[in-house]
Amino acid sequence: MKQLSTKVTSNGHGQDSSYFLGWEEYEKNPYDEIKNPNGMIQMGLAENQLCFDLIESWLAKNPDAASLKRNGQSIFRELALFQDYHGMPEFKKAMAEFMEEIRGNRVTFDPKKIVLAAGSTSANETLMFCLAEPGDAFLLPTPYYPGFDRDLKWRTGAEIVPIHCSSSNGFQITESALQQAYQQAQKLDLKVKGVLVTNPSNPLGTALTRRELNLLVDFITTKNIHLISDEIYSGTMFGFEQFISVMDVLKDKKLENTEVSKRVHVVYSLSKDLGLPGFRVGAIYSNDEMIVSAATKMSSFGLVSSQTQYLLSALLSDKKFTSQYLEENQKRLKSRQKRLVSGLEAAGITCLRSNAGLFCWVDMRHLLDTNTFEAELDLWKKIVYNVKLNISPGSSCHCTEPGWFRVCFANMSEDTLDLALKRLKTFVESTDCGRMISRSSHERLKSLRKKTVSNWVFRVSWTDRVPDER
Amino acid sequence: MDLLSRKATCNSHGQDSSYFLGWEEYEKNPYDAIKNPHGIIQMGLAENQLCFDLLESWLAQNPDAACFKRDGQSIFRELALFQDYHGLSSFKNALADFMSENRGYRVSFDPNNFVLTAGATSANETLMFCLANPGDAFLLPTPYYPGFDRDLKWRTGVEIVPIQCSSTNGFRITKLALEEAYEQAKKLNLNVKGVLITNPSNPLGTTTTGTEFNILLDFISKNKNIHLVSDEIYSGTVFNSSEFISVMEILKNKQIENTDIFNRVHIVYSLSKDLGLPGFRVGAIYSNDKDVISAATKMSSFGLVSSQTQYLLSSLLSDKKFTKNYLRENQKRLKNRQRKLVSGLAAMGIGSLKSNAGLFCWVDMRHLLSSKTFEAEMDLWKEIVYEVKLNISPGSSCHCKEPGWFRVCFANMSEDTLKLALKRLKKFVDNGNSKRSCQISESQGLKSSRKKTMTTVSNWVFRLSFHDREAEER
Repeated sequence: MKQLSTKVTSNGHGQDSSYFLGWEEYEKNPYDEIKNPNGMIQMGLAENQLCFDLIESWLAKNPDAASLKRNGQSIFRELALFQDYHGMPEFKKAMAEFMEEIRGNRVTFDPKKIVLAAGSTSANETLMFCLAEPGDAFLLPTPYYPGFDRDLKWRTGAEIVPIHCSSSNGFQITESALQQAYQQAQKLDLKVKGVLVTNPSNPLGTALTRRELNLLVDFITTKNIHLISDEIYSGTMFGFEQFISVMDVLKDKKLENTEVSKRVHVVYSLSKDLGLPGFRVGAIYSNDEMIVSAATKMSSFGLVSSQTQYLLSALLSDKKFTSQYLEENQKRLKSRQKRLVSGLEAAGITCLRSNAGLFCWVDMRHLLDTNTFEAELDLWKKIVYNVKLNISPGSSCHCTEPGWFRVCFANMSEDTLDLALKRLKTFVESTDCGRMISRSSHERLKSLRKKTVSNWVFRVSWTDRVPDER
Repeated sequence: MDLLSRKATCNSHGQDSSYFLGWEEYEKNPYDAIKNPHGIIQMGLAENQLCFDLLESWLAQNPDAACFKRDGQSIFRELALFQDYHGLSSFKNALADFMSENRGYRVSFDPNNFVLTAGATSANETLMFCLANPGDAFLLPTPYYPGFDRDLKWRTGVEIVPIQCSSTNGFRITKLALEEAYEQAKKLNLNVKGVLITNPSNPLGTTTTGTEFNILLDFISKNKNIHLVSDEIYSGTVFNSSEFISVMEILKNKQIENTDIFNRVHIVYSLSKDLGLPGFRVGAIYSNDKDVISAATKMSSFGLVSSQTQYLLSSLLSDKKFTKNYLRENQKRLKNRQRKLVSGLAAMGIGSLKSNAGLFCWVDMRHLLSSKTFEAEMDLWKEIVYEVKLNISPGSSCHCKEPGWFRVCFANMSEDTLKLALKRLKKFVDNGNSKRSCQISESQGLKSSRKKTMTTVSNWVFRLSFHDREAEER
């Protein structure tokens, strides 16, 4: 008889996968401007480090919030004892309003429909526990955040069936891809309980179009299933377009307060927009009372520290701060993304045109020896070992086409980004020019497309290293 | 097609269970010394409110800790970004030391063997996910914390089989009871993966004895695949340090360290009771099994401790002057307060299990029951809630097999409030005594059926409603 659960023992593999190398190498040799200028630059962490000064300045002007005081009076006892899984009302109110502000106040969020969780990692898993039985499936468009394999499946027993998206249309979700995924699930004898999208997308850095959102809402209406929209990056939208939330679409289609609206749920977190992953603040928003009720009880397994709820309710209740922050955050992200994009262009590398996120989805197909995932892995190793940049290979995100990489731009200084680009340019220029010329799309199509290392090996090692990195 | 999972929908019942009443009544009518002196006094919440002044004083003297500063320098960015599931090492170091200090430095804890979690609620569930598969069982001595039904079973699919303890020997675990529980599990076709004890016990308020440990360790040494989980969340509430024996100490004394048994013993801890900080969500798993640590660490992603909180508490617990004084003062005040409750109860003819720890007493009200049934226990409970206006926890909610026991908390209110509660109870008892002593003579008591009548509302309904109201109450 086994001593430990199968959940534990099934995870024992994959620790020595080659994909692990990037992280290990970074930790062995992390770049530091002064102490280690030749070290590895971390471009695989989707963190937002661009606006800390704004938060620090607010903290300096509002010392009570961190000092567990209200109007100069200590509320330490009240906070120390506050463990109500309904969450701090003033915090939920502030969250609801912040989420509304991000969506241009076009939609409203009822604080009572918010369930707080210890990060969206917890929120997503909790939603799975509420919506799916072990063996049920959720459809996810590829490429997607590698962490979902663990967050949605590991302890819940739920399955993920990919909705294959392709570069031929900018990786947008199509009706046929949706139908194919649904049928694939049925072939595998899996009951489809819903679709989960990340909007804006990780790793694409693009917000879903209205067309895609309408398609999704229509699809879940027809199939009578759920739609989860993980809007963790909603505050990182910097494009000319407005961010369209699934809530906008429900409103525009006049589906508010209908049965369909009860099957649409939003996940949020302050880890990306505010750059506070350490504080573990996530939320589920649902119009279904039963889900709110069940998820609220489940949140017992990952409540947000009252100390943190209090600090952030003060921060987010300051409307002057939030409007300035959102504007400045978008501005800086846009500027930084531009820098990365033009730097890559100078090296002959293009990316998917993005309008959100903390990363770009970079096209390095022309740098592959062959149009295979094996070649992608080879290229990735070169970039890690020779160029000393840790970036994320597309196969880790379940991309069906080799050669795409996610490159983060908001977790370092401008100088570091410039250095990274310089190194990359040098590397590209030093590679065989012949390879670049001969890489015609005709040849790409001919070469093998099979993956050499199984996904799960990669996924497990990937998540071993940095579980909460998105 | 079912739109929601069974886990979500099985919880929708029980909202109108009568057991819910106590909580509802309290919230409708909470006692306040000035604003609502006739309101219901909350004695069902195992919170430690006795030493906040010590914490507040430390905070006032050490403002950096809460303000994201180290030696006057801001470390806000570092903390904002810190989401490593291995936890802040300074915090794990401080926690290891604190736990060791709490055990009189008789054992030491390796910081690397900790997994930090959002409270012991998260720690316990995570351990279940690591040690058991759906359908496996853990054996728990009764009475036990009602929250375990949800924490250990709900999402994990693990079953609990009770080790029935009885008042005849002070609710101690016996070899017979343990074996009976094991046999019962086998009858139910359940694979027993472990035993989980709470030491000191909730709701008993007693520490596990050396004899009980011998029985438990004997059991797991014979059954090579069985784990022992010791939830030591109340370890700092022992009135006399020397009386608390941690399972780790037993292992050390018996020189079981570095044996196979060593890897099957795990501790759960939290700062919610000892430090009175349930809102901060700080729990931990401690294990000598590398695989358990590794898996539990990854699982902790689903409930990490806020870095803001880790930093504050690492400063607090690193201050040895503070911890020494705190532990001593905490014990003193708890002991003092428990005495007040016990003597107050004794003065009205109500006995309680002799306790040496915890934030509550296990109170014997069997003699106040109209009949030796859980139905009568519920009737008594309702009277105490509605008429006496005290919210206390009935033993059936803790799966006690004998009706008439109640858990009464003493550390979540002021001394004056406790006095008032005792006064109200005495009045009730004095009024009832005359009625009751006429009706229930000793012989009648013996004659009346002693069979445990089924609670009128099924346990799970009670449990769910119980938790609906106050999820984190222990």
